[in-house]
Amino acid sequence: MPKTNVKKMLFILSKASIENVYAAFIMANGARMEGIEAEIFFTFFGLEAINKKKLNRLHVATVGNPAMNIPTMLGGLPGMEALATKMMKKEMEKLDMPPIGEFLEILSDSGVKLWGCKLAAEMFHLTEKDFIDDLDGILTIGDFYGRCEGPDTHMLFV
Amino acid sequence: MESVDLNEEGYLTNFSQWNKEIGNAIANDNEITMTDRHWEVVEYLQGKHVKEEALSIRGIKKSGVINIKEFYALFPGGPLKVSTKIAGIPKPKSCI
Repeated sequence: MPKTNVKKMLFILSKASIENVYAAFIMANGARMEGIEAEIFFTFFGLEAINKKKLNRLHVATVGNPAMNIPTMLGGLPGMEALATKMMKKEMEKLDMPPIGEFLEILSDSGVKLWGCKLAAEMFHLTEKDFIDDLDGILTIGDFYGRCEGPDTHMLFV
Repeated sequence: MESVDLNEEGYLTNFSQWNKEIGNAIANDNEITMTDRHWEVVEYLQGKHVKEEALSIRGIKKSGVINIKEFYALFPGGPLKVSTKIAGIPKPKSCI
C-alpha cells in the first residue's frame, strides 16, 4: 500500500444510532492505526455517544432504514429496535468490536481527541459532568475548525 | 547478515527467517531504537502469531503486557503496523 498523504482526520458525529457511531469510531481508530491524527466533534444527537448515562443504551435505527429489510411499519413496533440492536451487538462481539464505552477508552488512549459541541450541549442542557471523563473539552465549531492543520487535514461529517 | 524474503510492504513472508538482528534492522529503518520493553511487546506479538490468534488494538488493551498509550509511544506512526513488521509477522488485516 502506498503511504498516505493524509495527516489528520477531523470527524463530526451528529447522530447516535449505533451504525453511525461505530462508523465514526472505526474510521478514527483506523486513522490512528495508520499514523494519522484523528479528532471527533460530537454534536446534536452525537452527544449521546459521550453521555455517561446514555452511551451504553444506543440503538440501531429500524425505521427509515431500507437496508435493514424490516418493513417500516414493523420497524416501529415496540421492542423491534431493541431486538435488532441485540442481534447487531452479538455480531459485533463476534468480530471483537468493543462496546461504545470501551471503544471510547481505546480512542482516547490512542490519542484521538474527543470534543463536545458547545451549542448542542447548551441546547440539551448538558455540562461536562454529564460526559465521559476522557472528553478533552467543549468547543465551538470555530474552535474545532481551528484544530485543522493545513491542507493535509480532512473533515468528515457523519 | 543473511538475506530474508520480504513482501512489497517490507514484511517478512517467512517468520522462520526472523531473528533479533533482523528485527533490529527493521526497527532502525523505522527510526525506532529497540529497548527491553520493545522486545517484550515483540515477543507477545510473535506468541499470538504462533498461536494463530488475530491481533487488534482491543487485544493490546487486554494483553496485560502493555497498554495502548505506551504501545503508541513505543511504536509511533501506526503501532500494530510497525511492531508486527519488526516482529517478522504479517501485518494485521483487521479494521479494528
